[in-house]
Amino acid sequence: MRFVGNSDAICVAFYETSVNLHFAGKPMRRPRHGKLHMCGIVGLFFKNRSFEPRLGEYFGEMLACMASRGPDSAGFAVYGSNAPEGSGKFTLYHPSLDYPWEKVAASFQAADGSPPQWERFSTHAVFVIPGPESAARALLREQYPEVKVMSAGQRIQIMKEIGPPGDIIERFHVRGMSGTHAIGHTRMATESAVTTAGSHPFSTGPDLCLVHNGSLSNHNNLRRNLRREGIEFETENDSEVAAGYISSWLNRGDSLKTALERALDDLDGFFTFAVGARDGFAVLRDRIACKPAVMAETDDYVAMSSEYRSLVPLPGIEQARLWEPEPGTVYSWSLPNAS
Amino acid sequence: MHREIRVIDLAASDLRALNQSLHDLKPDTEFTHWKVLSPRGAHAIACGLQVPVTVEIDGHVGYYCAGMNKCATVIIRGNAGVGVAENLMSGFVRVHGNASQSAGASGHGGLLVIDGDASARCGISMKGISIVVKGSVGHMSAFMAQAGNLVVCGDAGEALGDSIYEARLFVRGRVKDLGADCIEQEMSGQDLDELAGLLERAESDARTEDFRRYGSARQLYNFHIDHAGQY
Repeated sequence: MRFVGNSDAICVAFYETSVNLHFAGKPMRRPRHGKLHMCGIVGLFFKNRSFEPRLGEYFGEMLACMASRGPDSAGFAVYGSNAPEGSGKFTLYHPSLDYPWEKVAASFQAADGSPPQWERFSTHAVFVIPGPESAARALLREQYPEVKVMSAGQRIQIMKEIGPPGDIIERFHVRGMSGTHAIGHTRMATESAVTTAGSHPFSTGPDLCLVHNGSLSNHNNLRRNLRREGIEFETENDSEVAAGYISSWLNRGDSLKTALERALDDLDGFFTFAVGARDGFAVLRDRIACKPAVMAETDDYVAMSSEYRSLVPLPGIEQARLWEPEPGTVYSWSLPNAS
Repeated sequence: MHREIRVIDLAASDLRALNQSLHDLKPDTEFTHWKVLSPRGAHAIACGLQVPVTVEIDGHVGYYCAGMNKCATVIIRGNAGVGVAENLMSGFVRVHGNASQSAGASGHGGLLVIDGDASARCGISMKGISIVVKGSVGHMSAFMAQAGNLVVCGDAGEALGDSIYEARLFVRGRVKDLGADCIEQEMSGQDLDELAGLLERAESDARTEDFRRYGSARQLYNFHIDHAGQY
């Protein structure tokens, strides 16, 4: 699907203006024009692992189909092969297309002098680096402060950029990727600038990330409180705050499900979240549930999207169980032999 | 009367062209029966129709299907996305599967029948439409409903009929809770007749005596009829 030429400026003006409504005694925001298209989110999780080589093919189609909901930028997290024991997988970002990643690789040579595995994907590069995550981060901060860590973990790789989602899917060769699951986002910015850092997914910890369709109204206050706890933020983006909020509770020992349930009480605004974890995938809608979501499940996969039409490319969709996730309910799936 | 069914396969032809063909029909058109294949969740199928034709859609549709229609009959053999039959003026819309949120929103007239469930805000701001849901409806259904009938054969979610004006709500199953100014009211003979008629038109075998009737307590009105002379 091609980029549908919405004017960002007009759309932003539409959605930034809001009127106050009340629901159950609580104030709520609503776009003045009542038009609720903004941002598309998709998730695909394979229950049948023989589908893994085709993850990118199906997921890429789903994401491309949501370009009309979010023409500003796009991003995704793919959960692929495990990094070897004792090492971690890092997705690094630098805006330059010819950034000398080989230099970074040289800094991470193993004791026997062999360089780490790495691969360039447009403005991003995926590295498998031996040793603890904190050591790699410290070295990067010290020697390559211009490089941003997009994701870190055993399996996750997050890539995101500004521009038409169809182009981004091509640039990162999404259709060629394999793995067990992936989540993605197409963005129509409402709360903050159109930048790579403001694109989704947002990393929420090792192998964890979140994509968001909606808008939060108490993100400034939450961000202040989370910063005091030591959570770092790079943007003024409301969704980054949601990610930071989840991280904060995971750091304190919550399960992902509990942290998401807390979000229902503490995040004020509209949201449908898709969350990726190393061995699983979760979906949550706020209690008012203005932001759309539809799910499909077969024996082979679970998929979610903002709209049914992006589920159409999935195999056997005609026979899939289709439903709309209930408001205020955490849905989650895990790999059968999660290690 | 033309007996031929016009078949449009959206896998091979353009949605806008289909809608334009439907908009171009005159009231005395001989093409009174249309069939749409491979809708693939596309939005705004068979919207804004103004003539008494029948459009059958084989598959799931996206947002706003059959919105703003007058006189037409639209049959959806699948699920419907957000806002099916939104602002329906007259005619008939049937969803064989489930409907997403805001089904029949702000409809002025006609009948919407949903064989499965409808999610949140079914019949929000309805203004005269009748809606029969054979399954259950989600939260805030009939929010600010002004006129018309909402019949729910299953259960209703939270805040049914919040800030309701004058619509009538009939629920057979459990109501999770009632919204502001919505109360249970006595079922009158006229209510029973109306309900029976709607159930018959929806081909439901539910019994009228199993339903409870809800409506407005009229305590939220700014306008009070007794003060009409003062305005």
